[in-house]
Amino acid sequence: MRRRVIFEHKLLPYLLLAPQLAITAVFFLYPAAMAMWMSLLREDMFGLSSEFVWFENYEIVLSDPNYVAALQRTAVFSVSVALLALLPALLLAVMVDKMIKGVTAMRTILIIPYAIAPAIAGVLWLFMFNPSVGTVSGVMRSLGIPWNPTLNGTHAMILVILASAWKQISYNFLFFLAGLQAIPKSLLEAAAIDGAGSTRRFWTIVFPLLSPITFFLVTVNIVYAFFDTFGVIHAVTQGGPARATEVLVYKAWYDGIIATDFGRSAAQSVILMVVVIGLTAIQFRYIDRKVTY
Amino acid sequence: MQTMNDRTQWVPILIITLGVAITAFPLWITFVASTLTNRMIAQGMPVLPGDQMIPNYMQALFDSATTRIVSPPVWSMMWNSFIMAMVIAVGKIAISIISAYAVVFFSFPGRMLFFWMIFITLMLPVEVRIVPTYQVVADLGMLNTYAGLTIPLIASATATLLFRQFFLTIPDELVEAAKIDGAGPIRFFRDVVLPLSATNIAALFVILFIYGWNQYLWPLLITTTASMSTIVIGITQMIGSGDAMTDWNTVMATTVLAILPPMLVVIVMQRWFVKGLVDTEK
Repeated sequence: MRRRVIFEHKLLPYLLLAPQLAITAVFFLYPAAMAMWMSLLREDMFGLSSEFVWFENYEIVLSDPNYVAALQRTAVFSVSVALLALLPALLLAVMVDKMIKGVTAMRTILIIPYAIAPAIAGVLWLFMFNPSVGTVSGVMRSLGIPWNPTLNGTHAMILVILASAWKQISYNFLFFLAGLQAIPKSLLEAAAIDGAGSTRRFWTIVFPLLSPITFFLVTVNIVYAFFDTFGVIHAVTQGGPARATEVLVYKAWYDGIIATDFGRSAAQSVILMVVVIGLTAIQFRYIDRKVTY
Repeated sequence: MQTMNDRTQWVPILIITLGVAITAFPLWITFVASTLTNRMIAQGMPVLPGDQMIPNYMQALFDSATTRIVSPPVWSMMWNSFIMAMVIAVGKIAISIISAYAVVFFSFPGRMLFFWMIFITLMLPVEVRIVPTYQVVADLGMLNTYAGLTIPLIASATATLLFRQFFLTIPDELVEAAKIDGAGPIRFFRDVVLPLSATNIAALFVILFIYGWNQYLWPLLITTTASMSTIVIGITQMIGSGDAMTDWNTVMATTVLAILPPMLVVIVMQRWFVKGLVDTEK
C-alpha cells in the first residue's frame, strides 16, 4: 500500500531510515546470521579453532534425551500457561462487559499485572508458595497437602505455570474486553427479542465474533510462554529441581552462556527461530483475514 | 423476572470479585511482608500490615536490601531501570517514527527491501540469538554500559508498523496543501505529522516504558557488575534459592519499589495505554 502524494528527495529517506537500519543490521540480522553459521561449526575444547561439521550439532541436540525432554516440557508448559491465561481472561471480560457501571476500579486492578515483569510475578508467587514462610503453603500444610517446589519437580512446574499465567491474564482480558465492546449491541438485542438466552447468545453470536481475537491471542500467548517466561523460570526455579522446569529457551541460554557450548546453543537458537517465524507467520495471516473480515 | 435479574447481577459480581482477589492477593501479601520484621514473617504472616514499613523501605532504598550478597542500594538499581526504560521508550519512538515517515512519504530505490528488513526483526527476539548478540555487544565494548543495555533494543518493528499504519490514514489533500504552501518534508513532519501523532506517541510510550523497565534476559546478559544491575535482576539475585536465609521483608520492600513505577504509568495513563496496546497488535 502506498500514498498517491509523496515528497521528492534523493537523500533524506535514507537518512531517516539509517538509525533503525543500522541497529537492525548490527544487533539483529548479523547475530541471527552468526547463530546460523555457528550452528554448523564445532569448536575444539579450548575454543581456539573451529571445524565445519554440517548438521552435526542439530543431530546431537535432537538426539539428546535432555533436549527432547525439554521440548515435551515446553509443550506442556506453553499449553498450560496459554489455557490458564486465556480462559479466566475471557470469563472476566464477558462479566465486566455485562456490568454497566461500577467496575472501573476493579478493571484497573485486573490490568495491573500487565505492568509487572514476568520475573517479578515469579517472585510474588515464589514468596506465597515458599515452603517455610509462604502464606499459601502454610494453609496447604495445615490442610495436609504436601508441597515443596524446591524438591518436587511437579510442584515447581505448577508454580511457574501459575505465576506465568497470572501475569498474562491482564493482557488477554484487555483484548477480549475490547473485542466484546466492538460487538454491536443491536445484534445481541435482536437475538434476545427472538428468544435466545444469554448462554445461547454467547455461543452463537459473541464467541464466533471473538474468534479472530481468540486466535490471535492463542499465538501471542504461545510466544509469551515460549520466550517471555524465561524470567519466571530463571527467578523461581533456575530450571530445577533436576531440570524439571528447564524449557527450551532456558536450555539454550544455559548451554550457551553458562556451559559455553556455542555450537549446540546456536543450533537450539536456530530451532527456536523456526518456531518464532512459524508463529509470527500464523499471526500475520490472521491479520490479513481480519482486514477482509 | 426478579430472580432472573438477581442472577444476572450476582454471578458477574461474584466472578469479577474472585478475579480481582486472585489478582490482588499476591500484591497484598508482598506489601504486607514489606511492613514486617523477618521474625514476624517466619512466625506466620499476618493479614494486615505491620509497623516496620519506614525502616524496611529506608534500608532497602539507601542501604542494602539484603545481607546475603553484596547488593547496591535499591535507589541506584531503580535509577538504572529508569534510564533503561526511558532511553528504550524514547529511542524506539524516535527512530520508528522517522523510518515510518521515510517509508510512507517517499519513493526511493530499496524502499520495500528496507521495510522488510525492519519487519523481520519481529521474528528475531533476543532469545533466538543469545550468544552471537552477546558477542557483538562484547566486541563493541558495550558490556556494563547504558549504551549496551539500551541501543540494541531500540530497533522496533511494531512501533514502525503502528506509525506506518497511522501515516497511511493522513489525507493526501493535507500533503498537497503543505506542498502548495511550500513546506518541505521536514517542515511537514514537524508541523503536521508530529502533532497528529501525539496520541499514538503517548500510547506507545506507556507500552515501551513497561517493556524497558521489565527487561530480563538482556540485562542479565549484558551486565555483570552490581552497579549496573537493574532492579528486576537485582531482586532475583537477592532471593537466591528462596530459602529461610532470605531477608524477605526488605526483599519484598524492593519488590514493591520495582512494581511501583510501571504500575503508576499504567494506572495514570490507562486510557492511552489500552488504546495503544490494542492498536499496536493490529
